Amino acid sequence: MSDTTPIIRMINVSKLFGDFVALDDVSLSVAAGERVVICGPSGSGKSTLIRCINRLEPHDRGRIIVDGLELDEDMANLRSVRQEVGMVFQQFNLFPHLTVLENLTLGPIRVRRMARPAAEALARQYLERVHIPEQADKYPGQLSGGQQQRVAIARALCMEPRIMLFDEPTSALDPEMIKEVLDVMVELAGTGMTMLCVTHEMGFARKVADRMVFMEAGRIVETAPPEAFFTAPASPRARLFLDQVLEH
Amino acid sequence: MVEAADRVTIRRRSLRPRRLLSSRLVSVLLYLLVVWLILRTALNGAAAMGYNWQWYRIPQFLLERTEDGFQAGELLTGLLASLILSGLAFLLALFLGLIVALLRLSDLVVGRAVARLFLEIVRNMPLLVLLYVFYYVTGPIFGLNRYVASVICLGVYHAALVSEIFRAGINSIATGQWEAAAAIGLSRRQTYRFVILPQAVRFMLPPMTGEAVNMIKSSAIVSVIAVAELTTAGRNIISDTYLSFEIWFTVAALYLAVTLCLSLLATHLEHRLATKS
Repeated sequence: MSDTTPIIRMINVSKLFGDFVALDDVSLSVAAGERVVICGPSGSGKSTLIRCINRLEPHDRGRIIVDGLELDEDMANLRSVRQEVGMVFQQFNLFPHLTVLENLTLGPIRVRRMARPAAEALARQYLERVHIPEQADKYPGQLSGGQQQRVAIARALCMEPRIMLFDEPTSALDPEMIKEVLDVMVELAGTGMTMLCVTHEMGFARKVADRMVFMEAGRIVETAPPEAFFTAPASPRARLFLDQVLEH
Repeated sequence: MVEAADRVTIRRRSLRPRRLLSSRLVSVLLYLLVVWLILRTALNGAAAMGYNWQWYRIPQFLLERTEDGFQAGELLTGLLASLILSGLAFLLALFLGLIVALLRLSDLVVGRAVARLFLEIVRNMPLLVLLYVFYYVTGPIFGLNRYVASVICLGVYHAALVSEIFRAGINSIATGQWEAAAAIGLSRRQTYRFVILPQAVRFMLPPMTGEAVNMIKSSAIVSVIAVAELTTAGRNIISDTYLSFEIWFTVAALYLAVTLCLSLLATHLEHRLATKS
């Protein structure tokens, strides 16, 4: 397998919400194993970009090809893509009526058709990976925000995806819980997982990103390795943005 | 010392007229007074008509004594028939209501239109007319007997209201739940079955119980096409015995007993779900 074959290819993708242009002719390729951090001011289309990759938002123009499959109306196609793409949301979106273990095994049992014992073993293994094996039988409402987000990461990992999407995973967390979630994400990056991450955590970006993508007004304004991006951003808009987020 | 002072202020406060009126004891007394006045007027009116009360003849219609011991009388048999009829119709209403709700929430333009049409027709037609349509029109065409026609009519009528309860319950679930389910690859059907409906049931249980009460009440209407149930049983007994006052009071009390039990259950469920969340 050559590293040059991109696992995600977005070609001239546009997305509209009514008259509002959320994505404006965006093209982006991500190689297998690559870790991309997407940043930019709010409303710049970062979330929309990664939500198009598993078609939570259907794009209006252009092509998106994930792991060799083009995203279109074909539902069977879409379901196989979604098995390859895990997603972590800002608001966790755990299923509140199911225990942690049931949250984790729902996908493996119903989508991957695994037997329950095997699915539970898998789930416990991933709970171990996110450092909360002891919470398996609790309900999401009984956990702290940081723990819930780690369960959400484990839930996505239980589908054994090749790509993980993170949509501002630490934005809804209290400050003291951000680190425990970022630690898990750094460990995940170390396993060679392809990751696309929308975040304002610039320390995390510096540590794990292979490439920074800076967006504004639905366009990709700048793409650069983190070193170059943080020390000498090419675009004035990115410089202004970095000044604002790195000030503290 | 402090306690004594507290007691004094409490007593003084409770003497205010508004507080006095809203106290439970006074409310109950006022209520009993009103009921007594109504009853007295009714009884006086009945006496003026020369109505001959024969309550002693009523128990036989509830429980009959036979050689084998006690057996359900006509009214209790009728009540049981009412409950079975309402139960069957409610199951049909749940089934149809869920389908209509899912159609309305679907992406299918035709499905949404069909659901809207169904709702507009059913909601804007009197139940009695709907019953006549099912019994006198569709009955002969499809060979439905009066019992089946009644069950279908009640089921269809209440499906409209039940579908609104389903829709509200399903809409009460945050969109994030749909997205999370889609992200792990669940199909729409699996999402409804494993994620959305189990959560929506909590919101739907209290109004559904209320709807079951309504079903029992509207089931009385099938007496106009002589389906055997409580109201029909009452009518039959009256035509034999002319005990109209006693029988209608008894029939009303029987309906009241059943629906009150269900309403209490609904209040209890509502309370329990409210404290849980």
